[in-house]
Amino acid sequence: MTAIADLQDRVRAAVDAERPLCIAGGNSKRDFGREQQGDQLAMSAWSGVVDYQPSELVITVRSGTTISELRQILAEENQVLAGEPPEFAGNATVGGTLACNLSGPSRPWYGSIRDQVLGVRMINGKAEHLRFGGQVMKNVAGYDVSRLQAGAMGTLGILTEVTLKVIPKPEATITVRRTIGAGDALQAMNRICSTPLPVSGACWNAGELHVRLAGPASVIAAAADEIDGDILPDEDGFWSRLREMELPFFTEADDLWCVSLRSTHDHFMPDENWLIDWRGARRWLAASCDRDTLVRQAGEEGIEIWQLRGAEQGADVFPERSDAYRKMLLRLKRALDPAGVFNPGRLYSWM
Amino acid sequence: MNPTGKTGTTDTAALAARLREFIGEQYVVSAAESKRPFECDGLSVYKQMPGLVVMPSSTEEVRQIVRLCYRDKVPVVVRGAGTGLSGGALPNPDGVLLSLSRLSRILEIDPDAGLARVQPGVTNLSISEASAPHGLFYAPDPSSQIACSIGGNVAENAGGVHCLKYGLTVHNVVQLTVVTVEGEVVTVGGEGLASAGPDLVALMVGSEGMLGVVTEVTVRLLPVPSHCQVILASFDELEHAGDAVSAVIAEGIIPAGFEMMDSHAIRAAEDYVGAGYDTDAKALLLCELDGTEEDVRYGVEHVTGVFQRYSARSIRVSQNEAERLLFWKGRKSAFPAVGRISPDYYCMDGTIPRRSLSRVLGEISRLSGEYGLRVANVFHAGDGNLHPLILFDESQPGELEKAEAFGAEILRLCVSVGGCITGEHGVGVEKLAQMLDQFSDAELAQLNAIKDALDPDALLNPGKGVPTLKRCQEYRST
Repeated sequence: MTAIADLQDRVRAAVDAERPLCIAGGNSKRDFGREQQGDQLAMSAWSGVVDYQPSELVITVRSGTTISELRQILAEENQVLAGEPPEFAGNATVGGTLACNLSGPSRPWYGSIRDQVLGVRMINGKAEHLRFGGQVMKNVAGYDVSRLQAGAMGTLGILTEVTLKVIPKPEATITVRRTIGAGDALQAMNRICSTPLPVSGACWNAGELHVRLAGPASVIAAAADEIDGDILPDEDGFWSRLREMELPFFTEADDLWCVSLRSTHDHFMPDENWLIDWRGARRWLAASCDRDTLVRQAGEEGIEIWQLRGAEQGADVFPERSDAYRKMLLRLKRALDPAGVFNPGRLYSWM
Repeated sequence: MNPTGKTGTTDTAALAARLREFIGEQYVVSAAESKRPFECDGLSVYKQMPGLVVMPSSTEEVRQIVRLCYRDKVPVVVRGAGTGLSGGALPNPDGVLLSLSRLSRILEIDPDAGLARVQPGVTNLSISEASAPHGLFYAPDPSSQIACSIGGNVAENAGGVHCLKYGLTVHNVVQLTVVTVEGEVVTVGGEGLASAGPDLVALMVGSEGMLGVVTEVTVRLLPVPSHCQVILASFDELEHAGDAVSAVIAEGIIPAGFEMMDSHAIRAAEDYVGAGYDTDAKALLLCELDGTEEDVRYGVEHVTGVFQRYSARSIRVSQNEAERLLFWKGRKSAFPAVGRISPDYYCMDGTIPRRSLSRVLGEISRLSGEYGLRVANVFHAGDGNLHPLILFDESQPGELEKAEAFGAEILRLCVSVGGCITGEHGVGVEKLAQMLDQFSDAELAQLNAIKDALDPDALLNPGKGVPTLKRCQEYRST
């Protein structure tokens, strides 16, 4: 197993030689972000549980621990990681999941992995091994460097340990399904989700709206009666295929975009191009078009458009940022990684 | 006290004249008597008259003020409602105190999307009030929620009773408009739930006004649960109550709120508001359950079972809304109630893992004897956030210092069991020295590097939040 000291040596050597490092967990999220550059720094062997206190609902793991492993460990105590991040064939790691802040269908109700993070240990660009945050639910001492890592895609340091809040596994789930067009489904989802029903998924795919409820069996049985559609007691397969991006919508798409926007935003473009998740706040688009066309139709304020597949070699795949935003990000980058050795170009061509 | 250092370098009269060119005369305050209300926040042992008080009414005005201050290297301290408990809004004698109380409009509520876009001066409670007709509410509810502003909540990452189930401010804010120290406007986060790149919302939330000035906040609204009941249970031993808290959560139930009071707090609260608390008990738990009718029924049954197993003296379940509010009334008035039994009190804010509750409470009680100062404990037991109230009398020479030393020892105790020095009140000026208990020099240097990156001249709320390298050396050597 790699030791922290070895990782620190790798960082020092990279700084000295001016050769960037490409931090790799399970290499499962190549669709996200730009191509990796630099010498591979494999983190997958840096795995295992550091501390798990089931009664505290807190677990600390090394960053190379896979999501599937974590899921199994938690399952033994009847607990789960909220937000259902994908396992990607058992390759996705906790570090990579936090770096990409990737979540599954229950994210709008249970939060993303960023929301579960209580603390991290990380190696910065000076090869120092640092701890931010902690193991407790509430901690406002110092800037929130641990949650800052969410979405940073390894550009601000090497995550070595992550402490996460976990939740009790809901006793049961139930899915209600009905045939409906995308525009009407959006309205229906938002209406259902502004009631206090125990929703844990709302997705429109291939002409059907799926709404999942989670909680004690008696509670969700009563709640399911309040939603139109066929009640499917055991439909976990759909939700796990959605989470793993294994539905035909994903596997058949040559061009793939992820549009993150206000859940009530108007529906646009033909139904067949879309898979709508997160009650309308995350919409996947399988269509060959360019960013400008999309931005024209979707608007810009508060909207994020990511390109996952079909981008030109070397192009930026995440949204354009204002000059002031770029300046802020570049300064932060320099504060944490002065020599610029961590994952250059992975997030943006300019960072 | 003047922990922020230098004095007398700003020509406030000239600055005031420049500001009055674009801000109404009455909103640039330079007269001492008018500045007086701004000299402290909720932690009034720290006082400092600001150079100027300026009250902008728009993001654009904030931008112009900050730009001017940046050019002239004038410190800027942002103030919301001034309810903070760590001296985070303590003014700078040479600086501008930027009061955002006029930025008090709710700009938009989108009930279907569950979002509200508001200005920073809006009070926490008024967001929930404005959302109530749509069956929605804003979840974080610090006890100052009637008065505190959402901008201040963002600066401190405020919590409250309900954050056990619904999260802190950082979990409920999706987008921020920030004015940088150079006077540029940046939007971070988004109205969807995913944003590429480092999470700048998380960086800004809890940064105590040291990295930028927040001028607009988009928050998540949640559906108001259809049912809500609170269980009031009393115990003969603090330890039993502490263990019951862990047991409920281990059972798979996440209460909406889970609070604990010790005997001092119980008696003070009961004398003050008559909530019907068991005044012979050593500990009292309030456990609120919310959700659908079936959800609440299920929760009440299980929690009651746990409390019985942990030998509760009495268990009462609220039977109607009036009773629920009465049960809460004692807890919510606990701070003023304690204020009645002591001339002064000093409120601590350490957080610990739940499993250490009994041990830490025992140790606090021992220290209380050692220092000869009484302590009342009222706190968020569900998330291990302690609020020991150290009772003292400021008029007695040396008592404030003794209370501060006692408080520092409590915080070190919290860190030693794996907790932290502040759960929701922030570091401000109050806990700068304790930051050294929590972080190594390299970690503090990293935090300072982040500050330098976004505010190279240290103009935004200087001397707060993170001790500078120089101060670290001073603290370590004493």
